[in-house]
Amino acid sequence: MTFTLHAPSRRELLTASGVLFAWPFMPRVARAEGRDPRLMVVVLRGALDGLALAAPVGDPDWVKLRGDKALTLEGKTPGLPLDGFFALNPAMPNLHRLYKANQAMIVHATCTPYRDRSHFDGQDVLESGFAKPGNAASGWLNRAFAAIEPDARIDRRGALGVGPVVPLVVRGPAPVVSWTPQRIAPAGEDTLMRLIDLYQHSDPALARVLQGRLNLMHVAAAGNIDALTPAQREQLAGIEAVRAYFAEVASTAAKLMARQDGPRIGAVAVNGWDTHIDEGAVGGRLGNLLGALDGAIAAFETGMGPVWKDSVVVLVTEFGRTAHINGDNGTDHGSGTVALLVGGALKGGRVIADWPGLKETDLFEKRDLKATTDLRAMLKGVLKDHLRIDDKVLADAIFPDSRAVTPLSGLLG
Amino acid sequence: MSTDPKFQAALALHRFGLGPKAGLIDAIASDPRGALLAELEKPGIGLVFDANLMSASKSSMTAFMYRQEQMAMRIAKQNEKNEMANAAAAEAPGNVMAKADAKVAAKPDQKPNDAKPSDPKATDPKEPKMADAKPDALADKQADDKADPKKPKPPNVQQRIFRNEARAHFIAANTAEIGFVERLVWFWSNHFCVSADVVPYMAGGYEREAIRPHVLGRFADMLVAAEGHPAMLIYLDNFRSVGPKSVAGLIGKVGLNENFAREILELHTLGVRTGYTQADIIAFAKVLTGWTILPAATNPDHGSEFVFNPRLHEPGPQTIMGKVYAEVGVNQGRAVFADLARHPATATHVATKLARHFVADDPPPALVKTLEQRFRDSDGDLKEIAKALVAAPETWDTPMTKLKRPNEWLTAMRRAIPDAPGDVVQGLQARARLGEPLWRPPQPEGFSDVQGPWADGLAQRLDIAEIVASRVEATVDPKDLLETTLGPLASADTRRAVARADSRQQAIAIALMAPEFHRR
Repeated sequence: MTFTLHAPSRRELLTASGVLFAWPFMPRVARAEGRDPRLMVVVLRGALDGLALAAPVGDPDWVKLRGDKALTLEGKTPGLPLDGFFALNPAMPNLHRLYKANQAMIVHATCTPYRDRSHFDGQDVLESGFAKPGNAASGWLNRAFAAIEPDARIDRRGALGVGPVVPLVVRGPAPVVSWTPQRIAPAGEDTLMRLIDLYQHSDPALARVLQGRLNLMHVAAAGNIDALTPAQREQLAGIEAVRAYFAEVASTAAKLMARQDGPRIGAVAVNGWDTHIDEGAVGGRLGNLLGALDGAIAAFETGMGPVWKDSVVVLVTEFGRTAHINGDNGTDHGSGTVALLVGGALKGGRVIADWPGLKETDLFEKRDLKATTDLRAMLKGVLKDHLRIDDKVLADAIFPDSRAVTPLSGLLG
Repeated sequence: MSTDPKFQAALALHRFGLGPKAGLIDAIASDPRGALLAELEKPGIGLVFDANLMSASKSSMTAFMYRQEQMAMRIAKQNEKNEMANAAAAEAPGNVMAKADAKVAAKPDQKPNDAKPSDPKATDPKEPKMADAKPDALADKQADDKADPKKPKPPNVQQRIFRNEARAHFIAANTAEIGFVERLVWFWSNHFCVSADVVPYMAGGYEREAIRPHVLGRFADMLVAAEGHPAMLIYLDNFRSVGPKSVAGLIGKVGLNENFAREILELHTLGVRTGYTQADIIAFAKVLTGWTILPAATNPDHGSEFVFNPRLHEPGPQTIMGKVYAEVGVNQGRAVFADLARHPATATHVATKLARHFVADDPPPALVKTLEQRFRDSDGDLKEIAKALVAAPETWDTPMTKLKRPNEWLTAMRRAIPDAPGDVVQGLQARARLGEPLWRPPQPEGFSDVQGPWADGLAQRLDIAEIVASRVEATVDPKDLLETTLGPLASADTRRAVARADSRQQAIAIALMAPEFHRR
């Protein structure tokens, strides 16, 4: 069939052959400045609930909106204070630490120009950099890479794409080197739950089998892993597997990029953010995922080591979710959400938001957090200040038809 | 059940075939029954032509010769070591221990395993070994790099034999238009199963030589081809069965093997508890003595081929189920096989199994009756029985409750996504992981044909669906995939679940895991 279960990892193959590492490049301008910038893009597929990651605790309508699901600074698991108005999900202590060290910032109430709430189209827009869906031939990061004038003395081999399928954001005309993690991205609990839901209607016998797997995952999540047989443990794909996968991806990608002769630009996509039912922003499913992501952020920092000071990691999602909680204790597809920037090169410690408010009249189509910052403004700001790509190239080649979108300035230190 | 022609076309492709390819549902919608019948008439259908493949016996001999060479090299190496150790010991007089050690080590551990004449279990081909796994498609290119010391070792002679056979088997399934005849090949190959755990280098050749040529021929011919095949004679231990009053038996070689006769009656022909007795089994076992193979070591040109050896054969007439078989030699067995093939219990047994395989775990009695009748009327003409299966109304009216076996599901996936990366080793691994390793049934009964044992593997199917989805998300549109695989069979719920997935990858995984895609 079509896959390898325990194949030699890409890493083994890469490290086995020095020849493969002749791909580095350095933007000439940055090099002239004595910098050697690294840029990593993490695509969070499935539409992350930005309000669950960074809650507007200073907004008087916040608790009214989400009731007991609202993250606040009080209560049993209080949020981590950011700037007086926003609080960070308590599952993300590493992000909080970096924020306090001015090495992380959050852009809130942001979104791509896409508003129609289809994941596939939304991801196309997010990753292609085009204003509309239907352009999936290349991604903006790849075109940005192509736009950089490399140091002529060094052979330019490519940007790093992580995963068995290179994310669209980094695919395109410029060369891409890919690395596939040794671990398999675990069959998400989310996919399992969707299938159980589907089977329950049409095929209860099969639903029971998958329910059994889910129960197994819950047993393990509750810490009773010793009660499982080795075979059961092997088939588990609970949050521990997700954590391990995120951490391996982040750590290895960072280590590759930190090498003197390694790639300077990379991208990875991680799935699972589509929380229609039982979102569990605090202590539940989304909380767990955010915790895994927080671990990945720490792994980026550690893996980059001494070059962390020259690094920026961009974490973006295709759109946000409804402001209200739905009848299944989840949220549905929405618009405005957060984007995260972490890295030693940043002027962090800030939440950047032109806050739209949460009253019904403030919401986009009376349901979503309104997007007041075009996500492309942030991305253009990073590419401009970090990689020194000029405005015109940004507006035409990298984010076509985006002249009206001014790059956010001052993101980097 | 819907009478919409597109629905029937999709049903035909899942129930009788190996799953739809892009556009195939529409292509046969004008006449699904006609398309199935037309496949039966295609010249050469069911056969495999591949210049890389050797006969089962040749494969077995080639593997045998390879092992001899390896063994010789091992012994030579060991001797070299011993000489060095001896020399060292000689230089250090008084060091008795060293000498003793060398002697112990000198004892060759290469005693040939003669449990099986040419395909010993002891030298399993290790096909599904994870370490043999190829890296993913992208890494593959790198693996070709000469500078890469981790380049996987090329497969040895034995591995190549098995993989070439497996590849031919997979290609036949992937390239078949509908796959009705391939499904019949799989059915009969499982009915008359051998195991590659016992005959690793013969299992593929066995299917090509004993099953495929007769898959639309006469049951009686397939029966003799299967039971007389070296792979079967080794698998069910008949090759060393000795008649007590045969020449070999009288000079002291012992061991009448009842197993072969019992399995033929119980599994391959009459079916369990159909009236035969222990005495019938023993008589039949005696009839079958002498059905053996030529030893590999002493027959360079014909080793491992079938031979009737009269020195092992029990002389005299035998009585089986009341009938006296007075024939001499190999003809005695042939006469019994001819009668077994015509026995009404065989017709019932085969008809029930076919109906269970294609239509329902508890097949409609009317369908079983129809097939049974056709079997008898046509004197076991398997093409006529296949036609009767297509013609029967129950075949089209029965709800789709069969759970596809892992091989069927994997093949359907491959046919729907032909560009998915993956090679023969990965194909073998996937089958093993889902509990249906190619040509390795757990017992002579073959793999189960009812849902029970397979349902538990559904969670593992999800793992595989997710991996496949992650590999093809850049090139496969989930909605197109759903049209290809299910079309009119896809429920509104399934369509919604695919449309609402949070990524292409998840959408593809859900499409591949759709309940309708597991059922047929």
